[in-house]
Amino acid sequence: MDARQKEKIAALALLLITLFVVTPVVLIFILVLVRGLPALTPEFLLAMPRDGMRAGGIWPAIVGTIYLTLGTALFSIPLGILAAIYLNEYAQRNWLTRVIELAIINLAGVPSIVYGLFGLGLFVTFLNMGASILAGSLTLAIMTLPVIITATREALGAVPRSFREVSFSLGASRWQTVRHVVLPNSIPGIITGAILGLSRAAGETAPILFTVAAFYLPRLPKSVYDQAMVLPYHIYVLSTQVPNVSVKIQYGTVLVLVGMVFIMNILASWLRARLRKRKTW
Amino acid sequence: MSIIETNKLNLWYGTFQALIDVNLAVAQNKITALIGPSGCGKSTLLRVFNRMNDLIEGVRLAGSVKVRGAEILGDGTDLIALRKKVGMVFQRPNPFPLSIYENVVYALRIHGIRDKQKLDAAAEKALSSVLLWDELKDNLGANALTLSLEQQQRLCIARLLAVTPEVVLMDEPCSTLDPLATMRIEELMIELKKRYSIVIVTHNMQQAARISDDCGYMLLGELVELGETKRIFTAPRDQRTEDYITGRFG
Repeated sequence: MDARQKEKIAALALLLITLFVVTPVVLIFILVLVRGLPALTPEFLLAMPRDGMRAGGIWPAIVGTIYLTLGTALFSIPLGILAAIYLNEYAQRNWLTRVIELAIINLAGVPSIVYGLFGLGLFVTFLNMGASILAGSLTLAIMTLPVIITATREALGAVPRSFREVSFSLGASRWQTVRHVVLPNSIPGIITGAILGLSRAAGETAPILFTVAAFYLPRLPKSVYDQAMVLPYHIYVLSTQVPNVSVKIQYGTVLVLVGMVFIMNILASWLRARLRKRKTW
Repeated sequence: MSIIETNKLNLWYGTFQALIDVNLAVAQNKITALIGPSGCGKSTLLRVFNRMNDLIEGVRLAGSVKVRGAEILGDGTDLIALRKKVGMVFQRPNPFPLSIYENVVYALRIHGIRDKQKLDAAAEKALSSVLLWDELKDNLGANALTLSLEQQQRLCIARLLAVTPEVVLMDEPCSTLDPLATMRIEELMIELKKRYSIVIVTHNMQQAARISDDCGYMLLGELVELGETKRIFTAPRDQRTEDYITGRFG
């Protein structure tokens, strides 16, 4: 067998393996679409659940998920960006920086149920927020921080060193350089990373289990101190805790959650593509 | 009169000594060229004058550097004021990915000038001094990265001149340009020295001979010889300088 034949076989084998790897994703999408699509009526999306969640809609869970994602964004994006700016633009290479970096790496590796218990201990109990949108957002924010910090640092790092040098040489301070040169050139990358982090947070179940998620609450939350229904937990409840729920409703709910996360991811990819096109340096 | 004066200047990167007892004087409204082989410390020396070496961790300095008689080493130095006075043009043209106009007024905006008329006037003046105004005045909104390399380098000089510095440091400003563009930038430098004092680091000995009034030869961190360019190139006093300029080495 000569090199050309081997090359053909290698290319084919790699293709097959790659197809095999993406099969689960494709199957999930097809299954959820086929079974869930018939459930998607305006009533299902916009009405309160009825009959112990066996009928009616999932509106409060959709709203709860949106609130929670926004709350997570509110806390995690500014904190994450500022921490990344410090680490990338200000921090000296010393033991403190290394400890912080190590902590962030480890933060990313903590199992999500541990975040849930941490949120329960700190926000719900100790800080007396109760199970609430506030407590849930904060818990999810902590979980999302390492993703946002890492993505922001990458985006900042992609700005050429020479831009910073010129800015300093023109008499700009470090902060002015960050504000006027580094940040404007890294914003699209930061946003992309932030959306990807948030889309993961939107689908998490364990961190919200004890900190915000309501089992059955057929009304919209009125303040950040209210509990809320949230899609991932609602799916868990529908599939394991409530007898005799129609398959249609279960799949419909899954489709809505997957759809929301999917839209966020598409948005992130679109932004990234735009960024690549614009970037000329 | 010297605008920059160093006295027993030493610089270390960690344990490596990059500058050894450098005593240099830069004359006002002249072009002073620093020549020497790669790694001789000429760029390092240039970056002492606007304290750009501060950006590198582990740099240590000893000795004295005075700009217009004022010491610039030490923690008390106002770096922002120093860098407004001593500007720098880099090896690669490095305009920001902004419009031509925004590039020129970048530093002015940073330094708090908001008045549109002032900014416009400064932009016109700076672009005129680098002979770009007529070419680009109708196109100031275009992205600076669409310009040719020579235009970009001129724009970078204009961006610097807008700050009205007294000294312009140039770190091999023509090394990415073709010979014609190099010649035109050299003409510009000769024009600029009427109003600014220029220190240029160059690899190109012909360039140093063509444009500089004074010339310093550096080797292994030492300033071997400094003097009038004509004299350095015709009657060097140090054997090492002679070896370099006659091409026996370097």
